[in-house]
Amino acid sequence: MLKGKSLIEPMDLSLEELNEILCLADEIIENPTAYADACKGKILATLFYEPSTRTRLSFEAAMLRLGGNVMGFSSADTSSATKGESVADTIRTIACYADIVAMRHPKEGAPLVAAMKSNIPVINAGDGGHQHPTQTLSDLLTIKTLKGKLNDFTIGICGDLKFGRTVHSLIKALSRYENIKFILISPEELRVPEYIREEILIKKAIDYLEVERLEDIIQELDVLYMTRVQKERFFNEADYIRLKDSYILDSSKLEKAKEDMIIMHPLPRVNEISVEVDNDPRAAYFRQTKCGMYVRMALIMKLLGVE
Amino acid sequence: MLNIDSVEKGLVIDHIQAGKAMEIYQYLNLDKMDCSVAIIKNAKSKKYGKKDIIKIENNIHMDLEVLGFIDPNITINVIDNSEIIRKINLELPSEIENIAKCKNPRCITSIEQEIVHKFRLTDINNKVYRCVYCDMAYEEN
Repeated sequence: MLKGKSLIEPMDLSLEELNEILCLADEIIENPTAYADACKGKILATLFYEPSTRTRLSFEAAMLRLGGNVMGFSSADTSSATKGESVADTIRTIACYADIVAMRHPKEGAPLVAAMKSNIPVINAGDGGHQHPTQTLSDLLTIKTLKGKLNDFTIGICGDLKFGRTVHSLIKALSRYENIKFILISPEELRVPEYIREEILIKKAIDYLEVERLEDIIQELDVLYMTRVQKERFFNEADYIRLKDSYILDSSKLEKAKEDMIIMHPLPRVNEISVEVDNDPRAAYFRQTKCGMYVRMALIMKLLGVE
Repeated sequence: MLNIDSVEKGLVIDHIQAGKAMEIYQYLNLDKMDCSVAIIKNAKSKKYGKKDIIKIENNIHMDLEVLGFIDPNITINVIDNSEIIRKINLELPSEIENIAKCKNPRCITSIEQEIVHKFRLTDINNKVYRCVYCDMAYEEN
């Protein structure tokens, strides 16, 4: 039963619940007008303590397409956080006005604090470099739609795996499906955090490999998940210069990739996927964005318990 | 050797790592209790060379679970009529609250007022506790 629950990290959802959300998203994609009034009279509060374009607008579009209303703020500067108000106090206030909350916060664990103090569902819309479970729902819906399954494939995850919250949530979520092999492509200093390696990959005896260069393994992948590597994350200039081209996907690197590999990216991208790749039939990142809105519609409906 | 009166009824917390007794005194909030407490520092120990001991008079109902997190080698004797009536074996608690603070500067606990600092045991063999908010492992130093 999802009604009234919060979504803070992917493991908050059982596989059955996850499947329910993905199936409802599929139904919404098939027949969106049937859901146009599903959330009539309900209010979503978007509490974004740091900038976001697509996640906030995706949540807002999702609620508006369900016939609901939205309110909120899009930076900490325009909230009482500037006056020093705690997350706990803010959420107790907002819970008096809204039916459901989507929260992004630069501090890791802030949405969990909100969920602990709230009597309405809280959705983590990204907390620092920690988790981003609704991006993962978009990712899973995209993979399920394009590959027809959520098991038996090799996924390459490339870029900043240390601070990339979308990566952490995706690994957690996929760790529950059978026969997934992870190839983790990053510079040594940006490898997945110790808690992902120890608590997920090692504890669950998952097949994974950590490598430095995308071009060495691209031919093995069924799914390639690109993320942005920022220059300032490197510990030294020499490593950045040595490795930066390894994390840029272009047509020449794609020559070795499988014909049916799909290319994903949580967006925004800067230069890690060349624009020339956009026309490649394997590019799935804009479709992934669209999946994001539909899956958020499904999630909001389930957490509010509306039909 | 320094002599401290034996406890007639109470607790003897033994085999505390030398130098840690005051830390445990604080964790158990002994400063707020009315009972007699003796702290023995650097007592001779066959096993460890030296150790600390805390003797608590007239109080046997205390939440001692936290000591398992601080030092699982500690032993606790419950005394009645000057006799050991029970030995308490410490185990690692599954959760600890407000005993340790997360050191991750990106964690919400670094800024949120009056938050409960909470860690969960995730690996009993390696004694790994993780912050429930950010997942970072607790490190003593």
